[in-house]
Amino acid sequence: MPRSRKSARRQRMEAAINYPIEWLEERSGLIGGVRYFLFRKVPSDTNWMQTLGSATLTAFIVQAVTGAILAMYYKPDPNSAYQSIQHITNDVWLGWLVRGMHRWGASVFIILMFFHMARVFLFGAYKYPRELNWIVGVLLLALGMLEGFTGYLLPWDQTAYWATVVGININGTAPFLGPFLAQFLRGGAEIGPDTLARFYSIHMLLIPGALIGLIGLHLYLVVRLGVTSPPWSKEAAGAERVEKPKRGRRGLLMPGARGGIPR
Amino acid sequence: MEPLNGDDRPHLPPPSLWPVGFAVGVACVLVGLIVDPLVVVPIGVAILLVFGFLWARDATKGYRAPVPDLEPETRRPGREAPPIPAHVGEAAMPEPEPGEIERFPRSKFLEFSTLGLGGVIGGIVTIPILGPMVANPFRHEKHGKLDLGPLSDFPSGQWMIATFMTDPAEGEVTRRTAYIRNNGESNGEPSFTIISNRCAHLGCPVQPNGPVFDNKKKVERTKGAGDVTLIPMLPAGGFGCPCHGGQYNPEGNRTAGPPVRALDRYDYSIVGGHLVLGKTYSVSKVDGTGAQAKIHRYGLANPGNHVDGPEAWLYPLQPPH
Repeated sequence: MPRSRKSARRQRMEAAINYPIEWLEERSGLIGGVRYFLFRKVPSDTNWMQTLGSATLTAFIVQAVTGAILAMYYKPDPNSAYQSIQHITNDVWLGWLVRGMHRWGASVFIILMFFHMARVFLFGAYKYPRELNWIVGVLLLALGMLEGFTGYLLPWDQTAYWATVVGININGTAPFLGPFLAQFLRGGAEIGPDTLARFYSIHMLLIPGALIGLIGLHLYLVVRLGVTSPPWSKEAAGAERVEKPKRGRRGLLMPGARGGIPR
Repeated sequence: MEPLNGDDRPHLPPPSLWPVGFAVGVACVLVGLIVDPLVVVPIGVAILLVFGFLWARDATKGYRAPVPDLEPETRRPGREAPPIPAHVGEAAMPEPEPGEIERFPRSKFLEFSTLGLGGVIGGIVTIPILGPMVANPFRHEKHGKLDLGPLSDFPSGQWMIATFMTDPAEGEVTRRTAYIRNNGESNGEPSFTIISNRCAHLGCPVQPNGPVFDNKKKVERTKGAGDVTLIPMLPAGGFGCPCHGGQYNPEGNRTAGPPVRALDRYDYSIVGGHLVLGKTYSVSKVDGTGAQAKIHRYGLANPGNHVDGPEAWLYPLQPPH
């Protein structure tokens, strides 16, 4: 029978392919872990909006990688920082592209965080038992914006310098501890030789470390608590399993979906 | 040792964590004898004394007073415990033999000592981490003498833009700007108005509202302030800030816009016929003009911080500069 011959061969092939995977799984359990992470059960009516978190994570990874490449050429010294940026833009092969990705990707990262936050808010996904994940997300948002603030100084041109002067002095107007916060950020009474390297270290080492740790916690909580159903979900409301609605009738503000009025 | 217990066999005192700290103190003293007998040895002695005291207090606890929060005795009086009914919970742990129970299990001791040692190490490492990061910006900075050149460079009644470096070794990043006017003699002493160009709103550089005579620019190389440039100007309209539109009159008083006080000023002195800049200070307002001006003077404050009025209560302390 051709069928059985094929299946015997197929079995051998599969065994050959599976061998390294099983080897790894037996020694590390990684395959199962990755499978557990990636192929979780989610509600059948999850929405495209619920990919915004992954999009934000992707934007962060792009920032991390392009930032690491920029750090290979950038010099955080007041007398050569501007020239090193010019060097990256004009001389390094595709340096203009990597710098542009980092510069525009920063805005993309922040904007995606806000979209993701809006989705979570509108879906009510911050409610019990996911309150902690909302709080972690707020910390991530704050750290992300601090990344923007510290990264803005690094080109060391007039815009960067004076924007940072103003930004630090806005911090300095906070009551009571503001002047101390400003001096801590500056590294002294005035923006001086230490400020640039200080911002560079905060931008590329301190905050990214904290971000990575908090992203890990954020994902852990997502995996542990699962994904929420959209607010119009009938499945979550007790129905057995919802038929896929007809095309064109599915959307965020679908009428009748929330109030239980039949479509 | 624990008389309340009513048990006939003697109990040893529970293992204590304080000997660990005591041992650290001994090690610190021994290291200190080699490294730095004046600093490290006293620290070690202090650790020894503190932990020795705590250890002694812990060891004598049973003798001094009945301690209310004793760990409850888990030993049962009877020989055999009643069996746990099958319908209660999952498989029960085998009932331990009466002599088997440890009052302070070894695993618990190891857990506490690991956590404690980790905490001590973390604490010791934290100080050098926080020092450079947090404390260093608040140290007093040494200011060299900012020599702006001979008095003959500053004609009487003439405004000058002076730029100079507060630390020439660090380069252009330390370049600052002051607006200087020689007010002539006052009581036989030369009088100057020296205004900082740092806007009292959020620190942008204020610009003179009037002509600047770049063609009469003069560069003076001085010892303390690098290349000093002097440019004559005529700020008839005072000073204005390009960032958010703050306006000041020629004495530095705020006339319009968001600034919360007048422009900061520099102290000055005349040393060997040269004009030498001193510290910067903040000003709420200036009455009068020139040599007769009455300056309402305050310690240097961050831009945007009120120095007088009720809002100044929000900024009771300024960091050392």
